[in-house]
Amino acid sequence: MERSENNNALPEPQGLYDPQFERDACGLGFIASIKGQASHEIIVKGIQILVNLQHRGASGSDPVTGDGAGVLIQIPHRYFERECAKLGFTLPLPGEYGIGMVFLPVERHQRLLCEGILERIVHEEGLAVLGWRDTPIAADSIGRLARASQPYIEQIFVRRAPGMAQETLERKLYVIRKRTEAEVERSEIRDKNFFAIPSLSSRTIVYKGLLLATQIANFYKELSDPLASSALCLVHQRFSTNTFPTWQLAHPFRFICHNGEINTLRGNRAWMEARQSTLASPLFDDIKKLFPIVMPGGSDSAILDNVVELLYMSGRSLPHAMAMLIPEAWDGDPSMPPAKRAFYEYHASLIEPWDGPAAIAFTDGRVIGATLDRNGLRPARYLVTNDDLVIMASETGVLPARSEEIRFKGRLQPGRMLLVDMEAGQIVPDRKLKEDLAARRPYRQWLTENQTTLNDLPDPPRWHPTDFDSILQRQRSFGYTREDLQMILVPMVTQAQEPVGSMGTDTPLACLSDRPQLLFNYFKQLFAQVTNPAIDPIREELVMSLTSFIGSQRNLLDETPQHCHTLKLSHPILTNHDLEKLRRLSWGDFLATTLPMFWRPDGGGRELERALAGLCRRASLAIKSGYTVLILSDRGIEQDWAPIPSLLALTAVHNHLVREKTRTQAGIIVESGEPREVMHFALLLGYGASAVNPYLAIETIGDLHRKGWLPEGMSLEAAVHNYEKAINKGLLKVLSKMGISTLQSYQGAQAFEAIGLNRSVVDQYFTGTPSRIEGVGLEVLAQEVKTRHDHAFSAVSEAECELESGGQYHYRVEGEYHLFNPDTISKLRHSVRSSSQETYREYAQLVNDQSRKLCTLRGLMRLRKAVHELPLDKVEPASEIVKRFATGAMSFGSISKEAHETLAVAMNRIGARSNTGEGGEDEERFARDPNGDWRRSAIKQVASGRFGVTTNYLVNADELQIKIAQGAKPGEGGQLPGHKVDEVIARVRHSIPGVQLISPPPHHDIYSIEDLAQLIYDLKNVNPQARISVKLVAEVGVGVVAAGVAKAHADAILISGHDGGTGASPLTSIKHSGVPWELGLAETQQVLVLNDLRSRVRLQTDGKLQTGRDVVIAALLGAEEFGFSTAPLVSLGCIMMRKCHLNTCPVGIATQDPQLRKKFEGQPEHLINYLFFVAGEVRELMASMGFSSMDEMIGRVDMLDMQDTIDHWKAQGLDFSSILYVPPVPGRVGRRCLIPQSHGLEQALDYRLIDYARDALETGTRIEIKLPIRNIHRTVGAMLSGEIARRTGSGGLPDDTVRFHFTGSAGQSFGAFLVKGVTLTLEGDANDYVGKGLSGGRIIVYPPKESTFSPEESIIVGNVVLYGATSGEAFFNGMAGERFAVRNSGATAIVEGVGDHACEYMTRGTVVVLGETGRNFAAGMTGGIAYVLDETGEFSSGRCNRASVDLEQLQEDDIALLQELIRRHHALTGSPRARRILDDWRQVLPQFVKVFPQEYRRVLNMAVDDSRKASQVVNG
Amino acid sequence: MGKVTGFMEYTRETPERRPVSERIQDFFPVYIPLSGESLRKQGARCMDCGVPFCHTGCPLNNLIPDWNDLVYRDRWHDAIRALHSTNNFPEFTGLVCPAPCEASCVLGINEPPVSIKAIEHAIVERAFHEGWIVPEVPEIRTGRRVAVIGSGPSGLAAAQQLNRAGHNVVVFEKADRIGGILRYGIPDFKLEKGVLDRRLDQLMKEGIEFQPRSHVGVDLSIEVLRRKFDAVLLAGGAEHPRDLNVPGRELKGIHFAMEFLTQQNRRCAGDRVGSKNEILATGKRVIIIGGGDTGADCLGTAHRQRALSVHQLEIMPMPPEERAPHTPWPQWPLMLRVESSHEEGGLREWSTATLRFSGYEKGNVARLHTTRVGPPPSFEPIPESETELEADLVLLALGFAGPSKNPLLNQLGISMDSRGNVATDANYMTSVPGVFAAGDMRRGQSLVVWAISEGRQAAHCINQYLRTIR
Repeated sequence: MERSENNNALPEPQGLYDPQFERDACGLGFIASIKGQASHEIIVKGIQILVNLQHRGASGSDPVTGDGAGVLIQIPHRYFERECAKLGFTLPLPGEYGIGMVFLPVERHQRLLCEGILERIVHEEGLAVLGWRDTPIAADSIGRLARASQPYIEQIFVRRAPGMAQETLERKLYVIRKRTEAEVERSEIRDKNFFAIPSLSSRTIVYKGLLLATQIANFYKELSDPLASSALCLVHQRFSTNTFPTWQLAHPFRFICHNGEINTLRGNRAWMEARQSTLASPLFDDIKKLFPIVMPGGSDSAILDNVVELLYMSGRSLPHAMAMLIPEAWDGDPSMPPAKRAFYEYHASLIEPWDGPAAIAFTDGRVIGATLDRNGLRPARYLVTNDDLVIMASETGVLPARSEEIRFKGRLQPGRMLLVDMEAGQIVPDRKLKEDLAARRPYRQWLTENQTTLNDLPDPPRWHPTDFDSILQRQRSFGYTREDLQMILVPMVTQAQEPVGSMGTDTPLACLSDRPQLLFNYFKQLFAQVTNPAIDPIREELVMSLTSFIGSQRNLLDETPQHCHTLKLSHPILTNHDLEKLRRLSWGDFLATTLPMFWRPDGGGRELERALAGLCRRASLAIKSGYTVLILSDRGIEQDWAPIPSLLALTAVHNHLVREKTRTQAGIIVESGEPREVMHFALLLGYGASAVNPYLAIETIGDLHRKGWLPEGMSLEAAVHNYEKAINKGLLKVLSKMGISTLQSYQGAQAFEAIGLNRSVVDQYFTGTPSRIEGVGLEVLAQEVKTRHDHAFSAVSEAECELESGGQYHYRVEGEYHLFNPDTISKLRHSVRSSSQETYREYAQLVNDQSRKLCTLRGLMRLRKAVHELPLDKVEPASEIVKRFATGAMSFGSISKEAHETLAVAMNRIGARSNTGEGGEDEERFARDPNGDWRRSAIKQVASGRFGVTTNYLVNADELQIKIAQGAKPGEGGQLPGHKVDEVIARVRHSIPGVQLISPPPHHDIYSIEDLAQLIYDLKNVNPQARISVKLVAEVGVGVVAAGVAKAHADAILISGHDGGTGASPLTSIKHSGVPWELGLAETQQVLVLNDLRSRVRLQTDGKLQTGRDVVIAALLGAEEFGFSTAPLVSLGCIMMRKCHLNTCPVGIATQDPQLRKKFEGQPEHLINYLFFVAGEVRELMASMGFSSMDEMIGRVDMLDMQDTIDHWKAQGLDFSSILYVPPVPGRVGRRCLIPQSHGLEQALDYRLIDYARDALETGTRIEIKLPIRNIHRTVGAMLSGEIARRTGSGGLPDDTVRFHFTGSAGQSFGAFLVKGVTLTLEGDANDYVGKGLSGGRIIVYPPKESTFSPEESIIVGNVVLYGATSGEAFFNGMAGERFAVRNSGATAIVEGVGDHACEYMTRGTVVVLGETGRNFAAGMTGGIAYVLDETGEFSSGRCNRASVDLEQLQEDDIALLQELIRRHHALTGSPRARRILDDWRQVLPQFVKVFPQEYRRVLNMAVDDSRKASQVVNG
Repeated sequence: MGKVTGFMEYTRETPERRPVSERIQDFFPVYIPLSGESLRKQGARCMDCGVPFCHTGCPLNNLIPDWNDLVYRDRWHDAIRALHSTNNFPEFTGLVCPAPCEASCVLGINEPPVSIKAIEHAIVERAFHEGWIVPEVPEIRTGRRVAVIGSGPSGLAAAQQLNRAGHNVVVFEKADRIGGILRYGIPDFKLEKGVLDRRLDQLMKEGIEFQPRSHVGVDLSIEVLRRKFDAVLLAGGAEHPRDLNVPGRELKGIHFAMEFLTQQNRRCAGDRVGSKNEILATGKRVIIIGGGDTGADCLGTAHRQRALSVHQLEIMPMPPEERAPHTPWPQWPLMLRVESSHEEGGLREWSTATLRFSGYEKGNVARLHTTRVGPPPSFEPIPESETELEADLVLLALGFAGPSKNPLLNQLGISMDSRGNVATDANYMTSVPGVFAAGDMRRGQSLVVWAISEGRQAAHCINQYLRTIR
């Protein structure tokens, strides 16, 4: 993956586009000879791997320009020997010279300048230039765009100094490259953007470029030369989110190639820069020659390569460097060997993890290997052949290998490494590798002697208790409201978790609010979407960690006991007692000092600035004086001394110390009265604090305790403990929604976007944080503090209620403004019920006119009038306009049947679209009602839970929407509490009544952009007629993601605003993540236009759209379609109770309670009225702007303006020019959807399958066909299944009507959505997603009969098998990868071994595992049964996550079922293991364990009780 | 907050009225308060709405969900604090307010609404009982002086707010007792005067000075007042009764309702009402013209005075028994209301207009000549529907048309609005600098809850004003 900052070939930042958010994903692979035997064949095979991975890459608007591909091989000495001789110079022996692959400016003079610099530096470093060589290329074999940006590609040959060891030569070449890169970067050379040195080494050489896999061998002609040989070939195929030409961004880099994304890049980069000043190594004469270590403008992969290279060149082995940077999840794994744990724990004090999904292949030319991130979020399969080749790739089947030649088939496991040591001629297993690393030093002893924890520190003599007398005043000064107490703190203390709310948010942005806001409120959390997955911090807790370290960092290139002289914190919340321990800390090098953060509020912004500067000076001084812990404190405010906003004080000091390069010498702790909710802590930590002491929140809990607001009998200690726990859980959620698993990497990663802070504040105090519409400065921030402080310290009579009400969550007159308030709700309600356009106008006026109450960005916009207005009758009719409207995704389950169906009926009547939401749809709704109404939702959503996503569901849709994120809680999963799951909902969702249902945070088949492309392909196969849309949520960078989505062949993209959302969600998420759709939509439009991708997709937007004016603004910013949720609900009777999560909706909408459902009064006519009123308003505005059709209006940003009369004290600093920016592209570049996407379905194998099966489909004749299959055959069986479902509904065909027998390696999604009556047998192996969404079909996979390896020890199917299966059967004679049967809700499966997280979130069905399992089995499993053969006892003792399941002995009926299944498994696959088990049944049986979900048992018991009661009644 | 499922578990309860036969024997309060336990259940019915329409339905923006919850949680002391934070006199509104909050209660969409008014009343009664309502004397005095003219709910609310902000406040009242409409307008069976006195006691102890029998503009020059005080608040109410100018109006036995009600209030207070002007319903055939609250008060009073018969005439048509469709929730519903007085007897006639009075020789009224009329706004008489009603006493309860014709306003030369009320800017200041107006005098005839709201708002504006002047 790439995320690049300001990369050379990418456009400059413009409008809302910023190249730093570019991303990519990819396929990678390598082939190597274990014995190190070089051959030309290896290169040929490597390139073949690349070609077979091509579907994982992408091309842009020019289909023959790839996103980038490359290969890395050993230097083919014999080839170069011959070629150089032709050029007139002789190469010395291998290892005595290095070759540089150099990208140069095309223009001759510029090129010579670059060459000159390089040559000079070679000489300065004491080496000699042997000569230059033009790399022979075939420029006409590549795409137009690629040609246009192609650099001049030369090779330089550099000879070592006499007698120089190869190690030393490599190091010299490294110095030369770093110096040259830095010097060219600093130079005035005009075309320096072309310059790059892909490799400069005596061992390896890199060939890469903006190529398609198939082009590389033709382009770099020497790769085809028989003399070119290598013992290894590392290859990479890129899928980027843009269409910009970027030769340098292709992989491999010098040491690695990478599939994934580093989420913590901003922090990693900043910390690397900060620790540069401490670097030292005897191996370099002057370490400064290597600076900057991290290449400016490099992508995340490039930067990771920079750091790997640094660690390697300064003496660490490659595996050591990789294990340091991408450690296993050591913190939460009790089964890890102690020495290995010590290794990781020690290194955690040296460097924070580089966090994110990653499969990384690495080589130095002597060893080659690969490693996977701690959670195994990227696929990596390998096989070893009898002739000592290792083939590793993102997929199996990339190289045809005869099955009898295969010695072993494996996969890379989470956090594990595969290493081929070609010098020793062996594969080093992970266990051995890690043992060796752990044994390098006495790490455990070093830790014991040098590291400490809070518990080990002496008790302080005294600490601050609650000061009840002044608490009210201090609460006021820090802006506490009654809501903070009642809706935030009390619930957190009571339930030890964050409070939940619903119905999104409709309050003003902080920069538009009339009320003084905490600085925290100007920020929004970023979150993962598409390019990397969010994590489930509860069910996948084992990879998460809140551990962090305080202490000064030492030279990264060294390794001493002192390096772990740190204070280890298990979590970042400090009680008052903890803090006093630290304040008095004097142990080893530790010495703490307290720096007060106050200012004189009368002096305004200038005084605040002075105070910050003073604080920074004191911090510098403290560090000079040897303090290693700085406590920033606002304890002790007074009338004349107000608190500096804690975040501002922190970032001022942090950035100051980073600039001073002393930041790594001290930890910063914030002792503040300000932080109280999760977001506050997330910000402080995300901007670099080591820990936080929220003393006033703790005192407030004391006060609430004293006043009896906490649950009876709860001690104060327990209360504070619960609060800590709630904050910590919340923090984990915030981290995980960004895809970050450790706090250590989150610290300083600045995973936030600011809205409404001006540039000078951001540049000075929040360096690097995106803030795109300018806004307030220090003056306003000062005013906000002063207002609160004055309020606290001005005399107030007793009669005034202590704290302000707040009104952020629940409307209060004195509190924050809400768009949905009593006036607007009742007007909207009345207008639709009385069909009164007039009342609607009054409503719209209240919403649209924000002249008195600012609330939204669009409120500040102005529509330009046309010179000549159109008469209204010349404008497109309302009946056409409403067809562009959709209702949002609200699941049947979250809302009642009545409400859900009313929405559908209304939308169908007017030709608009309703959305099922994520809960499936009752099949009885697929047919029209006798009166002509249609309760079928046109849009069928496919969300992470895949509830009710059957083949029949998918074919009954006009649109299939992949929900990546939702506005109310982007990056999070959901839960439908058991009490909402009644009979009908359970049936529709394929679950069990009363059992809670969990939607995972990510789609487990979308961890990256190429995965999304695969899911789109899957869905398109099932239902080729439906358009595929992808729902994203606005955040900075969403445009880039959308470009990637467009390249993944989505037909439509929905950009949701942060404020939308009708469902339940943690309050932190409702308020603090995502940004307004105005920003997201404008950014998406701009980026798509820049990439010339806009014309291939339709854009939709939603997020508290309320009026016709909202629609018009969205259209002008680029949307073709418009989604509404809250307003339609209000039209049907919703009164914004905001209790959706409690099942007590008093108007029968968000409830399943039969009594409450009766109260639903909404009629389709109400919603239709509303939408026509909106369309009517749209038409009036169109007339005034001179547009006769909606199409003309789309993307016409030039018709928008900012209100010029803003004199609001905050809003006046805003600047919308980036939103209103129009990319300067020629007129032929479309600004709305004009071209249909090409989905590449033509190649689908299923067309042939359907042909073969035609008789079966038409007459029910049974057929059986044998066919070969390859990994490029993806989603086999899905289109056939769609065809069958369309004919037979959910019933399918009689068992085994259609049978296909394949041989070979199947591509991804083999047997996806397979329906009843179809049996696919595969002799060979398969990739990820086998049986995804299985809907009644049968899948049988076994190894080729002639294979010699042991099937039960080899991997046969990939990751995420049977995801979301609802029924059917699967038999796998071999092992599966991670997440086997995740979210299974009905399929039966037998497998002989599984990876981590198997049966996660399972709600129904049966899984049998006849072998080893990975960790975290059955996490979040609430239904169904699993039987696991636990021969070693490891499963029961640690592998199974028992949070929601019990392990039991098998009962009689279990035994019968199990035996029958194993018998069939043997019969269908011929499994030798099944045979042995059956033969030895009595001995083996006791080793089987039954995994029984507690929820399931509870419900079963209830059912038993009920039937018992019922029978008693009968008997009685 | 609250009990999440309370509204599904408990049904609405409101204070019961004493039996009619018993209550018409006396002037004691009609209602029997609810017990503490049933009040907690009533509090539990509150749904703690995300958008509490009651809170905006209430002119005072009472924090209704907050204190409903506090009552449910048995935290009465917190409840009175929350209640007092928006309402100086919940005991008045808790008794006499028609409770627009309940009309806009979200639960009221499809269920009987929360008993907000009963809860409000209970909170304040409990607080008085527990001794929680004590004088809150300001810690600092600003030295500013404010004159409040009129001691009705608006004047009193303003006085308390201004006094607590540290200003010295003097309240001028033309009558012999403090309280305005609360004292002499509302019958004792709705608002016992002890309730008023106990609040006045608090106000006095907080340092507010009261000057009854001081008719500004008559007994006292407004100019003197303006010199002596930094600000003046006019809160004299809308006392000018609307008249019925039809033939026979000059006959004896035709009185304005307020004259009748005031006399009874004086009697209840132990005053002697001279026989010369005495208006008594005892043994008479009484006709009340006007179907509003004042009419109802006359009705109850007439019964208690043992009238022979009572008719109440209303020109509007009879409203529907349920909420009329054109006043949908959360608006104040047009619907038939049965006040306690209506239960006590009498006949209500709708769509009835009085054409003229005719009388006996000696000048006393004898009968009304009425006709049925069509709907508003034209009220077309329906042909041949004329009829006669015998009457000994006619009470005109047709509402009020602005402030009483008072020399004060002329002396000030103050601007009036189109409806005849005192005009102010958005900050409650009249056309005369430093002179403010609030309550019915500014707003026109309205509810007690509005009067309190106006008083508070005006006090806030006066406070701001006093900061700006030197």
